[in-house]
Amino acid sequence: MSLLTAPRSTKAKPEETRSASEIRADKRRGRVGYLLILPGFIFMLLFFVLPVFSLLATSLYTKPPGADIGQFAPALQFSNYTAVLGSYWPELVRSFAFALIATVAALAIGYPMAYLVAVRLRGRKLLQGILLVLIIAPFFTSFILRTQAWKQILADEGPVVAVLRAVALLPEDGRLTATAFAVVCGLTYNFLPFMTLPIYANLERLDTRLIEAGGDLYANPFTTFRTVTLPLSMPGVIAGTLLTFIPASGDYINAALLGNNQNTTMIGQVIDSRFFRVVDYPGASALSFVLMLAILFLVILYVRRFGTKELL
Amino acid sequence: MRRRIGPWLVPVFGGLAFLFLLVPIAYVFAFSFNDAGRTNLTWRGFTLDNWRNPCGAPAVCEALANSLQISSVVTIIATILGTAIAIGLVRYRFKFNATANMLIFLPLATPEVVLGASLLAQFLNIGVDLGVGTIIIAHSMFCISFVVVAVKARVASLDPKLEEAAADLYASPIQAFWRVTFPLLLPGIVAAALLAFAMSFDDFIITNFNSGNVDTFPKFIYVAATRGIPAQANVIGSAMFIIALLIVIGGQILSNRRAKLLAAR
Repeated sequence: MSLLTAPRSTKAKPEETRSASEIRADKRRGRVGYLLILPGFIFMLLFFVLPVFSLLATSLYTKPPGADIGQFAPALQFSNYTAVLGSYWPELVRSFAFALIATVAALAIGYPMAYLVAVRLRGRKLLQGILLVLIIAPFFTSFILRTQAWKQILADEGPVVAVLRAVALLPEDGRLTATAFAVVCGLTYNFLPFMTLPIYANLERLDTRLIEAGGDLYANPFTTFRTVTLPLSMPGVIAGTLLTFIPASGDYINAALLGNNQNTTMIGQVIDSRFFRVVDYPGASALSFVLMLAILFLVILYVRRFGTKELL
Repeated sequence: MRRRIGPWLVPVFGGLAFLFLLVPIAYVFAFSFNDAGRTNLTWRGFTLDNWRNPCGAPAVCEALANSLQISSVVTIIATILGTAIAIGLVRYRFKFNATANMLIFLPLATPEVVLGASLLAQFLNIGVDLGVGTIIIAHSMFCISFVVVAVKARVASLDPKLEEAAADLYASPIQAFWRVTFPLLLPGIVAAALLAFAMSFDDFIITNFNSGNVDTFPKFIYVAATRGIPAQANVIGSAMFIIALLIVIGGQILSNRRAKLLAAR
């Protein structure tokens, strides 16, 4: 048996039925496996796991009396948490609200897109390929350049505002930038491919005969969709919503470029300015830690409620 | 009534969605030809000057050079470490398999602000100067997870019988790996490397926390955004777009040709 062919599923034979050479081969296999994963895992331990503990420790630091700016002493000052939560809970709630709306909007836009390419255009390889490239096209241009482009498209003197004012959907002095609407739009736009791709990957494998069967059984298209297509594509929907919601709730580029006023501040902006402008490392760390815990809690809740095991 | 609208609903809505996706890209592209002067905010006429002299604006090419250098190193580190992990996790049994998978999954389920902030806290606590080195570490950390996820799918879909056949033909395990397994994994590894490069090149938030005063391309644009982004940044953004598009299309053609060749045999 060769070195790399041991499938994970094969159970180890009971000790007494294995020959000495087989046992040796098994050990070697184990050793190669550890050699393969060890460098990467040491890297992850040093630069992901340890920093999270560092963040936790820093969030409990205290500022000794008379210390310079940026100097803190190790402590267990839990009041850091109550202090930042007391001041910044609106931003925290707003971040989750914006991320939630953007996720729902991205689902509403991304699902039909994925369905169009994966199911409606099945068999038309070239068109499918072109549209798939268009879905990932935003990844090829800088995130910030695109967000800045939205800012200029939605700007007061831009085309969208002019049209909306002309048809009186927007009052004469109404504007789109510096509003919550613009921030949510930006979030929806920027994370749309993260929503569309997992759903596409899922729908691509969907057996279209099941949809036909729904029609044969006198279900109207909507019923077929609700009872057949949607449940089958749930793993894709869950992956897509997570890949949209998690980065969106921590994002602050959209809020900074498209919002940039007090009513659109998101928690990422607060963490950034606590670190770099206010130089309050414990406060910033406490906020980051709260954000991480809150998201983990929400994600676990969500996956428990709707999820399948194959996600993790 | 529904029967009439039904068939058109998905294409029309999907088409609008594609429009939504592409308008800002077209905008970035169009404004790379703007005779902008200092600020590239309004259309002032067509010019090719920006494309002829993409380094014309101060500091833009320094930032670009930093980004290219950082992303190249990150791609190498993340691809090697990530591919090794992916092969190890799929092909070997470990006692702590679930923990290992969790360790790879968690960075993907953590917002960038938190990743950036925790690394910054770490660097501040042990007194490391922020700069190119810390950016490379920070990017490699989250890119490894992407590489593992991408390559793992490829390893899992590989037929172990091919390697057994190689072993039957008296190939040593190492020969079997380099002559059979590796070439079969290569397209997946290349795709993962490109993903890592793109992720690293475009990252702003984690970079912003761990870069000190080193400028990367996204950081340059973000800082410039307050007073107006020079048209040269649009040129570089558009050029990157075209290069990436060519790579993807080229890769597609190459794999199609390979599939046809294999089918013809």
